[in-house]
Formats: sequence, structure tokens, C-alpha cells
Amino acid sequence: MSNDTVLVLVVITALAFDFTNGFHDTGNAMATSIATGALGPRTAVAISGLLNFVGAFLSLAVAATIASGLVATGAVTLTVVAAGLAGGIIWNLLTWLFGIPSSSSHALIGGVIGSTMAAAGGSAVLWHGLVSKVVLPAILSPVIAAGVAACGTWLLYRITRSLTEGARRHGFRIGQVGSACVVSLAHGTNDAQKTMGVITLALIANGTLTKGSNAPVWVIVCCALAISIGTYLGGWRVIRTLGKGLVEIESPQGMAAESASAAVILLSSTFGYSLSTTHVATGSIIGTGLGKKGADVRWNVAGRMATAWVFTLPSAAIVGATAYGIAYGIGGSAGVIIDLVILAALSGFIFWRSRATKVDHNNVNAEWTGRVAPEKVPAESAAA
Amino acid sequence: MSWINLSALWKIIVFGLIAGAGLPALFAGGLYALSLGPKTAHVRAAGVDGDIDSDVVVGGSVAGMALAALAFLVILAAIGWSVYEIYTLGHPAPKK
Repeated sequence: MSNDTVLVLVVITALAFDFTNGFHDTGNAMATSIATGALGPRTAVAISGLLNFVGAFLSLAVAATIASGLVATGAVTLTVVAAGLAGGIIWNLLTWLFGIPSSSSHALIGGVIGSTMAAAGGSAVLWHGLVSKVVLPAILSPVIAAGVAACGTWLLYRITRSLTEGARRHGFRIGQVGSACVVSLAHGTNDAQKTMGVITLALIANGTLTKGSNAPVWVIVCCALAISIGTYLGGWRVIRTLGKGLVEIESPQGMAAESASAAVILLSSTFGYSLSTTHVATGSIIGTGLGKKGADVRWNVAGRMATAWVFTLPSAAIVGATAYGIAYGIGGSAGVIIDLVILAALSGFIFWRSRATKVDHNNVNAEWTGRVAPEKVPAESAAA
Repeated sequence: MSWINLSALWKIIVFGLIAGAGLPALFAGGLYALSLGPKTAHVRAAGVDGDIDSDVVVGGSVAGMALAALAFLVILAAIGWSVYEIYTLGHPAPKK
């Protein structure tokens, strides 16, 4: 079997990752709008999908970081990329099952780093690039976003204090639609680029592109499509945790959180920081709870998320390294194919498990009872 | 090689505050201006005991509406300009 067959498989797996990325992260843009009722759940995911598509065409700075700033491109083979993607996808699906808004970006980066280390040892990882462009931004960005969102929240309530509750809710719902749209655009810009970077990495590994190349246009278009379809299908479990689990949100807070997320994500993408839109969105939502007197942040939910964040890079790395080990043990194209078959089987299993406690557009806003899957509602109140 | 790019960091913080907190504050200012005028005056006069559930936003003052329109236009312009800037910055020539 030729290398080109493996390349095609790797590109398809990368697009599958991009799909889970969109699906996992719909909540980052739309959770607060859905929670405050500014947008109907289905309208929200449709708009978000469309804007993710547009956003993917905005910038290539982050794709460049992924393609050349994290691992020594010489050490990367198609098997390494395939194993890395497997790590990213599995971690993304597991966290989605538990409704934890973990970072898709870290899942991907962790997976690729794990498989690179398994293949070529620790020296093939550009640790400086990893720490300065991924780890430090991951720590700083949620703090900055929380600060911006707290300032914004305070200002919004202060400036509109003479308005009636109703007028304020009504006015900011309209503003929220706008700010949520900008977050979707920002998400497309930052996250679609990560997959573009990985596909570019695979093309470089295969010798199709020269080292240091930008992502080709067909790659940009495919990634834009994959992430927007994923977004449209909507990761309702994560939307629920973000919109209802962390803080009970009013529309001015929703607008403040979204504006802060959009600003921080877009600015960072411009500098080539592959930060996690998830970390930023979560930081903003917590910030908006801090900026309003009497708002309660559910720190236990926040704590669970933070734990997942710490584990994301290493866990995805372990899965990536294991996947590389399996592929290497079997050897050649067959190894990559077996890896992807295992990946598909595991994904199917996780999806099947998720059906048992379904969260969708019907029950996404149900009262928070301490877990992702809402209590079963009696038939008459569900119909109302 | 430094671990933190300080010049990028301060730009992200300062522009983040201007765009991420300033623009929504401008939107709030627009809502406030929009609410000035006779139609919502009774709410103000009645204070906390007033019709707090009223969701009438537009107060009817012409100057207020003009100010509000200006604020909303500035916000849209700022978003459009930022997207344009990001597009130009985000497409550097490929590295040799």
C-alpha cells in the first residue's frame, strides 16, 4: 500500500478531529446565549456553525505554530500524526461524555507530542515552543479573560443601573447575539487553524509540501467545513455545563463574558498563540460571576474543569504514545489502519454510552441538579 | 529566547480590556442613551416601586436615540476594523 493511502487516511482522521473540535466547543460561543434565552438552541448552533466557517479563513498564524513550532518536523512521520490525532479524538470524546469543557487544542497538541516522543524521544519536542506558545498561554489566558469579563460585567450593570430589569434583559439579549457571533468567528479562526496545522504537518512529513509552507487552500476549506458541521451538531452536554453549571447567568453577564472571550481569543490568535478557546470561555464566565455582587460561582464545577485541564495534555499524550506503539508494533500502513479501526470502535462505544443519558436541544437548559444529564422530567411538564 | 513575549502580553491585556470590556460598556451606554425620554420617565419617577418589569427600552428622546445610534455604529465599525486587521496580520508570507 502506498504512502498516499496513509496520507488520505490521516487527512480524514484530522478532519474527524476538527469535527469533534467544533462539536465539543459549540458551548464556548453559544452556551451563555442559550442559557439566557437570547437565542433558541437550534438557531444558536446554526449561526455558530456558519461563523466558524467564515472565521477559518481569517488567519494562518496559529496553523504555523502547530505545523512548525512544537515538534521537530524531521521527526514526524504519517504514523506519528495519525497516532497523535487518535489521542486527541479519544480525549475529546471522553470529556464530552462527562460534559467537561476541556481544551480540544490541548487534546490535539498532547496527542501529537505523545506520539512524537514515542517515535523519536523527548528531544524531538520543541519544549520552549510548547511552554511559551501553549502551556503559559493556557495558564494566563483564563485569568486575563476573567479579569476583562469582571470589569465588563461591573461596567454594564453600573452604566445601565437606571434601566428597569426588563429593559436591561431585553437590550442585552440583543447585544449578546452580536457578541456570541464574534466568539463563533474567533473560534473558527483559532481552532480550525489547529487542524490545518496538523494536516500541513502531515503533508510536510509526506514530502508533499516543503518545510515552512503555509496551509494550502483545499486544507483551509476542508477544515472550515469540518469544524462548522461539528459546531452545527452541537455538543449539548458541554453547552449545559458551561451555561447552567458554572454560574447562573443574566444577559448583561452573558454579553460581558462573550465580549471578553472574543477579544482575548482574537488577539492571541493574531500573535500565533494556540490557546484554548475553552479555557478562555470558562475564565470569562467565572469572571462575570466575580464582577456581579451576589452572583455565585459554583467552584466545585470549576474545580472539576480545572482538574480536567491539567490532565488533558498528559492524558492525550499517553493515548497518542500508545497508539504509536500499536502502529509501530504492527508496522507499516497496516499499523496505521489498525489504529484507526480501534479509534473508530472506541468512538462508537463512547457515542453509544452517551445515548443512555442524552442531552439535546430539548433539555439543555433544565435546572442544574449537580450533574450533566438532567433529571427525567414528567411527561406533562416536558410538553409544556 | 524568552519564555513570555511581554510585548504580546501587554497588548493582549490592554486591547483585551478596550475591546472586551470597553465595547460592551459602549453598548451599555447606548442602551442608557436610548432609554432617556418621556416613555420611560415614569419608571424613574416611581423608583424601585415602579414598574420594574417593563421591558420598554426606547425612551423617546431624539438626542438619546441619536447618541445610541452613534454608539452602536462605533461598535460595528470597531468589529469590522478588527476583523480586517486580523486578516491582514494573519496571512504572512510563508517562511523561507
